[in-house]
Amino acid sequence: MARKESKVGGVQRLKASLQWLIAVAALSSSWQALADWSALNMTRGVTAISREVYDLHMLIFTICVVIGVLVFGVMIWSMLVHRKSLGHKPATFSHSTKLEYAWTIIPIFILIGMAVPATSTLRDMYDASGADIDIEVRGYQWKWQYTYLSDDPNQEVKFISSLLTPPDEYYNRTPKRENYLSDVDNPLVIPINKRVRFLITSNDVIHSWWVPDFAVKKDAIPGFVHEAWAVVEEPGIYRGKCTELCGKDHGFMPIVVKAVEQAEYESWLAMKQQEALQVYETVGKTWTMAELMETGEQVYAQACQSCHQANGQGIPPAFPSLVGQGLAIGPIDAHIDIVVNGKAGSAMQAFAAQLNPAEIAAVVTYERNAWGNNVGDLVQPRAVNALISSKE
Amino acid sequence: MSAVIENHHDDHHHGPDKGLMRWVLTTNHKDIGTLYLWFSFAMFLTGGCMALVIRAELFQPGLQLVVPEFFNQMTTMHGLIMVFGAVMPAFVGLANWLVPMMIGAPDMALPRMNNYSFWILPFAFSMLLSTLFMEGGAPNFGWTFYAPLSTEYAPPSVTFFIFAVHLMGISSIMGSINVVVTILNLRAPGMRLMDMPLFVWTWLITAYLLIAVMPVLAGVVTMMLMDIHFGTAFFSAGGGGDPVLFQHVFWFFGHPEVYIMILPAFGIVSAIIPTFARKKLFGYDSMVYATASIAFLSFIVWAHHMFTVGMPIAGELYFMYATMLIAVPTGVKVFNWAATMWQGSMTFETPMLFAVAFVILFTIGGLSGLMLSIVPADFQYHDTYFVVAHFHYVLVPGSIFSIMAAAYYWLPKWTGNMYDETLGKTHFWLSFVGVNVTFFPQHFIGLAGMPRRYPDYALQFADWNMVSSVGAFIFGFSQLLFLFIVIKCIMGGKKATDEVWDGAEGLEWTIASPAPYHTFSTPPELPERSMA
Ligand code: HEM
Ligand SMILES: [Cu+2]
Repeated sequence: MARKESKVGGVQRLKASLQWLIAVAALSSSWQALADWSALNMTRGVTAISREVYDLHMLIFTICVVIGVLVFGVMIWSMLVHRKSLGHKPATFSHSTKLEYAWTIIPIFILIGMAVPATSTLRDMYDASGADIDIEVRGYQWKWQYTYLSDDPNQEVKFISSLLTPPDEYYNRTPKRENYLSDVDNPLVIPINKRVRFLITSNDVIHSWWVPDFAVKKDAIPGFVHEAWAVVEEPGIYRGKCTELCGKDHGFMPIVVKAVEQAEYESWLAMKQQEALQVYETVGKTWTMAELMETGEQVYAQACQSCHQANGQGIPPAFPSLVGQGLAIGPIDAHIDIVVNGKAGSAMQAFAAQLNPAEIAAVVTYERNAWGNNVGDLVQPRAVNALISSKE
Repeated sequence: MSAVIENHHDDHHHGPDKGLMRWVLTTNHKDIGTLYLWFSFAMFLTGGCMALVIRAELFQPGLQLVVPEFFNQMTTMHGLIMVFGAVMPAFVGLANWLVPMMIGAPDMALPRMNNYSFWILPFAFSMLLSTLFMEGGAPNFGWTFYAPLSTEYAPPSVTFFIFAVHLMGISSIMGSINVVVTILNLRAPGMRLMDMPLFVWTWLITAYLLIAVMPVLAGVVTMMLMDIHFGTAFFSAGGGGDPVLFQHVFWFFGHPEVYIMILPAFGIVSAIIPTFARKKLFGYDSMVYATASIAFLSFIVWAHHMFTVGMPIAGELYFMYATMLIAVPTGVKVFNWAATMWQGSMTFETPMLFAVAFVILFTIGGLSGLMLSIVPADFQYHDTYFVVAHFHYVLVPGSIFSIMAAAYYWLPKWTGNMYDETLGKTHFWLSFVGVNVTFFPQHFIGLAGMPRRYPDYALQFADWNMVSSVGAFIFGFSQLLFLFIVIKCIMGGKKATDEVWDGAEGLEWTIASPAPYHTFSTPPELPERSMA
């Protein structure tokens, strides 16, 4: 330990020269990258934990650089000097017990020096004391669902958060805007300085919920609920990604967390609760075909299009076509059923968990009457609601 | 090998048969070694083309060349082909050529099985590659094929993938049994275990690792098969199964597997550096013990690939400490190589260039591995390009460079001709630059937050992805130069002496160049004890 203390100055110098080296490399290949040092290193983040992790990262990184410089230094020196072309004669030693003990034992101490802070950081992360707010984070192919848990089910707020970037941008038909592939329609909103617990799970395959600014990365695994938490200190917008390969749109299900002051959070939550109530009312009324088709088209774009495609043709065999075949032109009850309950063992999800009855009614109606399907029938939200409640 | 040779059969026994059937029916370790090496090179180019599809797509943000479905098939097939088709068969090929020659044996102990182990491979890989043309496409769930993406949600071709993996497993197990039996039974009289060259040692240990873990891989894919076709639910949460179980079983195979791909490389480098430093290998005994410790530790660290699956803290800590421990024997090896070079009389022919680059770049990969073993930091690194950079540093300038080094080092012995040194060095420098330009920036891309297995990415990652793609094309195309150099060397060139390299030690340098079809039909007299 004392040894380490006395090295700090050297470490600083080395760190500086390494940064300089990397900067030169950056310079030669890209001016833009140079302008932004954060484009090269880990996010420091906005929680006490994320900063601890960042410091730990810098510590182990520095140790590794020092080891690298020493070992490579010896090798390069040797390569420059101990050459046949310089007339260097080979020595005859082939072992040294002392040296061999030294380079077995010294690394063990260095490792202990790394393990101690690592262990304490990990213990901080695993601190399981209570939380001010519990949010269920549920992965779907290829979006996230957030549920603000509450003892009173009427107070529960639940919504889907999916990619905002339109296909035109990633297929290069329109220019890419700021936050390309990093924006969502409904960000997760949390208050600052509160302990927010994320209960992470999945509905289909394994996903992983990663927000670098919080140093939170936890796999969302079907059948498991894992926990992670964060106390965010600064208001802001924090962006994350899905980090476990989850199928075709793995790269297209970003995470956005908006951290706001407590008051703003409360009014946002109240607004969301109000919206949920309104949905209740719309389910009761009788919809016209035109209304259903209009809403249906929007819902289709948000919930169905990534698999069944905008033209309804799907990507067979994984994602079947809905045009002129199958349930979309068959009996309407079966059509409603597959949308409500999904199909086990396939990517077709049970949308009752994600869409409200009006949305389901609208999208079923839309599918039966779009792309020349023209079946002509429609379904009212009421009927869908009755079907869902009868199951419960 | 038949010991008694009747006169009228003489010609059959002195040289190889003619034509295609020579290769189909051969039981000669040199022929089979050659087959393995060419097969591996073909797979290297195939997997390489897939990597270039990936890098071309990632050259710029946006989807330009392929759709995400196909991108996922490319990453999956690239990984599978490089691991099972390029690196592993190359090492088996080298073992075939070299182990008998290094221990003074006439052939592998089980020559007929040797033939089978090779000829299974073309079938296995044809089956795997054929999935690209099937409805629903090739496997698209990553080379780690996590369930349930690879079971309930997999394309129909997954069944062919499972059988291909079974075939590869059978081939590997047969190959490794052969290596073990050969080494334990056919050493020249008087050669003790601790007299064996390190390449033989590392392969002996590798073969045990293979025999231990390939059945685990077979088990996990069989469980998948049952889940998909026979109604079990090993990995399906809906049926009461456990998706995390898949990962435990897979990585119990997977982590030893990554050492299977590096231990023989340690052996190769331990042969080459002493030759060109004209100095004995430093710390032979500790090299052997370090290899054995690494092999042992490799069985008890598997869950360091799973730090984010939500293990209890005791599990995380255990796997962190155990993983960190691997750095100790790995460090011993690196220090021994450096000490071998120290005070030597070095020259830098192509094999030495590749070997020295191996030591330095592999060490970079080892250091990033050490960083990855630190759990809280791994939460930020895991499944980002930082991990991609790590394992490509240990596998490309690690395993692949060692294979290149071996090819240049022993080519003169195999062909009887020297390769073109200028071209060899050109190949080295192009590869060296290409590899670093490709993979070094991926450390930054990963730290800055780009997840792996993404077909498209946010704009802030654009610059370094472009650099990385340029590097990949440099590296990729320079391998065609390697092909040219090897063919040129086979066709002719300066005649090699029997010793080939002036500092080389070992039985393979005591026989003629090119190595006759049959060597050591009578066991060699060992020179006075040189090792230990
Ligand atoms: C000092 C030695 C090493 C240590 C401490 C180490 C540590 C690690 C850790 C902790 C991971 C998991 C990272 C993550 O997914 O978050 C990893 C990944 C990996 N390592 Fe290493 N490693 C070492 C050497 C090697 C060697 C020698 C090889 C192979 C030749 C290798 C191949 C791999 C591969 C292929 C992966 C990624 C697998 C995947 O997820 O696709 N590593 N390593
Ligand atoms: Cu591992």
